[in-house]
Amino acid sequence: MKTSDASSENFHFDMSYPFDAGIGLNPTTVAYISDVKGEDPWLRAFRLQALETFLATPMPRNLEPYGIQNLDFHKIRYYLANNQVPSRSWEDVPLEIKTTFDRLGIPEREHRFLAGVEAQFDSEAAYNRMQDVLAQKGVIFVDSTVGLKKYSQIFRQYFASLVPIGNNKFSALNAAVFSGGSFIYVPKGVKVKQPLQAYFRINAESFGQFERTLIVVDEDAELTYMEGCTAPRFETATLHSAVVEVIALKNAKVQYITVQNWSNNVYNLVTKRSIAHENAQIRWIDCNIGSKLTVKYPSILLAGEGASGEILSIALASDQQIQRTGAKVIHLASNTTSNIVSKSISKGNGLASYHGLVHVDPKLKNCRNNSQCDALLIDGASHSDTYPKIDIHGAGHHIQHEAKVSKIDEERLLYLQQRGIDPWQATSLCVNGFVNELIREFPLEYSVELKRLIDFEMHPKK
Amino acid sequence: MNALEIRHLTLHVGEKCVLNDFSLSIPKGEIHVLMGKNGRGKSSLAKAIVGYPDYHVTGGEIVFNGENMVQLPPEERAQRGIFLAHQNPVAIPGVSVSTFIRAAMNAQQKKMTTVAFYELLHGHMDRLGLRREFSARAINDGFSGGEKKRCEVLQMLMLRPSFAILDEIDSGLDIDALKIVAENIKSLYSSDFSALVITHYQRLLDHIAPHKVHILEDGKITLSGGPEIVQELEKKGYAFLFDREELAPE
Repeated sequence: MKTSDASSENFHFDMSYPFDAGIGLNPTTVAYISDVKGEDPWLRAFRLQALETFLATPMPRNLEPYGIQNLDFHKIRYYLANNQVPSRSWEDVPLEIKTTFDRLGIPEREHRFLAGVEAQFDSEAAYNRMQDVLAQKGVIFVDSTVGLKKYSQIFRQYFASLVPIGNNKFSALNAAVFSGGSFIYVPKGVKVKQPLQAYFRINAESFGQFERTLIVVDEDAELTYMEGCTAPRFETATLHSAVVEVIALKNAKVQYITVQNWSNNVYNLVTKRSIAHENAQIRWIDCNIGSKLTVKYPSILLAGEGASGEILSIALASDQQIQRTGAKVIHLASNTTSNIVSKSISKGNGLASYHGLVHVDPKLKNCRNNSQCDALLIDGASHSDTYPKIDIHGAGHHIQHEAKVSKIDEERLLYLQQRGIDPWQATSLCVNGFVNELIREFPLEYSVELKRLIDFEMHPKK
Repeated sequence: MNALEIRHLTLHVGEKCVLNDFSLSIPKGEIHVLMGKNGRGKSSLAKAIVGYPDYHVTGGEIVFNGENMVQLPPEERAQRGIFLAHQNPVAIPGVSVSTFIRAAMNAQQKKMTTVAFYELLHGHMDRLGLRREFSARAINDGFSGGEKKRCEVLQMLMLRPSFAILDEIDSGLDIDALKIVAENIKSLYSSDFSALVITHYQRLLDHIAPHKVHILEDGKITLSGGPEIVQELEKKGYAFLFDREELAPE
């Protein structure tokens, strides 16, 4: 493993070595990434401009209570390529993580990948088969680097259109150093029946720290995309900062499903935005488990008449974890509809908070929003906050917001215990019941895994 | 041998003393009925037997199959075969009847394959007059009074406890439902099964053929005897025990 220091004068680039941008962030690092990827000048300029913005933007003050200022940008490795991961042997993986794999019933061959020991597990064949089928219909499903090279015209048209460089400090960081993530284009009228899963083309890069995903679904087309998995992602890297942009053109339908379970040293700061044009439908289903701090509010711009959007999210904050998640819906056209359902669970001294925004532009007619935020507290030490911002201009809209915080009900636990079920299992059943209406929306294999994961999280750690 | 033996029990709920020096023995294979006015501690006794933490045993013992239960948590008492059919069971949103029962059976080491489980469950549901969709509903969530009672009996039939406490299992049932529920309870009768039935209604007694009837007054049993004493209760001045209202429709 080469550990060259990009800022040193002796820095050189040798094809026979794994690509590694070294530690720290400066224009040389960014230029290096651009060089390795053989990018066009416009993209290189874009990255350098993003770096400037990043450096000029202060840390968000509102995240200070969560210790964001402890994040040291100089100690982070910003780029690793050619499927290289920091060298780590199976023996280095903490026992806790290995036990978790066993208890979750993750197939053996996937253990090494998920633990970051192997860069890629053997999914090549499945991925290739899928590629053939998709290609016949003109569907593009590649990683963002390939997307930029092979399909630059369409990529460039939509790239950074929803999340501009300066959206926030971390979107600027992503713009400067991004690599990996998916690029998907679904042509007019094509309905992709099988969900496309990032899982099928996982490698170190696509699961990287600074993924950039761009999805364009053309008129009358349909797509479901899934990323992540319920297995815990063991990371030595402390920062994950992705940007996702989803464009649904007229009458398109897009569903974006995320299940993430980070190890508890990770800052997960993600910007997800989407736009629904006339009569298009967008649905985010987002499940966040683990991490030290997750900040993520998937958002939908309802830009065309008749468009609709839905954001369904589950957040589980265990001991020492903070989930700051939510949803944003901006109604920019008349006769648009949105639905937000957020369920959060706080355990131990975990903190789950909901941050929402529902905005209706002036002069619009007949917009509807329904927001429902339910928080469940597992024990006395756990917290939950709700910050819904509702910003409605004009009259004649139908807006409904409902928030509920409840402690886990002692009577329910006792009822279960009276049937022979131990208190942990009883808690797990109640929590699963609490999120059940949302879990039903997940594809079957995910919902089964999620139930198992919640079960696992509710049990005392050995 | 006695299945349940309560010896000199003193029971507090908060500051209030509910039972004082209360004793009761139920031999294996016997069905006993406990009657008494509302608020005399019948349900409190039931909750104390199964181990609800707010029902403090401050004196005496609750011995089940020779073992003192007082220090055991509720789940361990259940695992030893004690079942309580609740008077008004709590709803658990999002947890289906079948999930609930399956989890309980697994916890009690009564695991079954999925196919065998549903065969058994559907059989019992049919006999209780419950439609198949019932098992997918969230337990007790929006159930009618009668559905709650049937659901409690359904759980009992699946779990096959060796000792059951039926707390007003007859309230909220019309006469036909009462017959169905009583028939199903009787299907469990054996030399290894015993029960404590708490009720206000003489009508239930006609259906379940108890071995003994006890009258609870002021924290103690003041009268015990065979089922024939029920006929004499009125003459003896215990008419107040009976709820004279018509049975509530389901």
